[in-house]
Amino acid sequence: MARRSLEPVLWLLFSAGGVVSALVLPILVLLLGVAFPLGWLATPGYEHLSAVVRHPITRLALLGICVLSLFHAAHRFRFTLYDGLQIKHLNEMIGLFCYGGAIVLSIWAGVLLWRLP
Amino acid sequence: MSGRPAYTEYHPRWLRRRPSTYWWLERRAYRSFITRELSSVFIAWFVVYLLLFIRAVSHGHAPYLEFVVWSRHPVVMVLNVVTLFFVVYHAVTWFNLAPRALVVHLRGKRLPPSLISASNYGAWVVATAFLLWLVLGG
Repeated sequence: MARRSLEPVLWLLFSAGGVVSALVLPILVLLLGVAFPLGWLATPGYEHLSAVVRHPITRLALLGICVLSLFHAAHRFRFTLYDGLQIKHLNEMIGLFCYGGAIVLSIWAGVLLWRLP
Repeated sequence: MSGRPAYTEYHPRWLRRRPSTYWWLERRAYRSFITRELSSVFIAWFVVYLLLFIRAVSHGHAPYLEFVVWSRHPVVMVLNVVTLFFVVYHAVTWFNLAPRALVVHLRGKRLPPSLISASNYGAWVVATAFLLWLVLGG
């Protein structure tokens, strides 16, 4: 019997990650990446941010956001390489690079959030 | 009969002209397609940035302040402004496509596509307001 394809799972992760990243990333980029560094808004104090990040629900949510967004990005970037550069013949290497990267970063996210003091 | 016919993934006989490597620059629609696809790179970058932020917060007050200083570096700031553009582009294109991906029937009638995208945008507003409240300190 043919090996069951992983494709449906990857598409499922792609769309789940697409929804999550569309909902939460714009405001997070605006705050953490633009508004605080540029001084549009006062950077929140350490005590507050660390209390928010350490909360178990926040950790779980952050893990979900990171992992789903990573697999969303990996899947989409895989097809960007396929179609944009027309390098379908490098199939295995592209897959390894995209999903491998997503897996490694997901593990890092898991370890980081698990080990938060 | 000599065994099984050989199947290939691609049709072998038609003449196929290979499009230019830069075919996606040729038309507006192609450019918006590639912009949407490239948003993936910036989403991946921001996840890394977010993880560096979490790591800094977990290490204590001084590493957090180091992260704040690093985040004000011009290269990082420009990268994050570009990331903001791509992430918003991803969100808008995603929500606009939602009614085509999601067909909901209620009592035998199809819900109007505008309602689906409106509910998506509504969820975006709620998520954004909640995160603003959470990060800025309630």
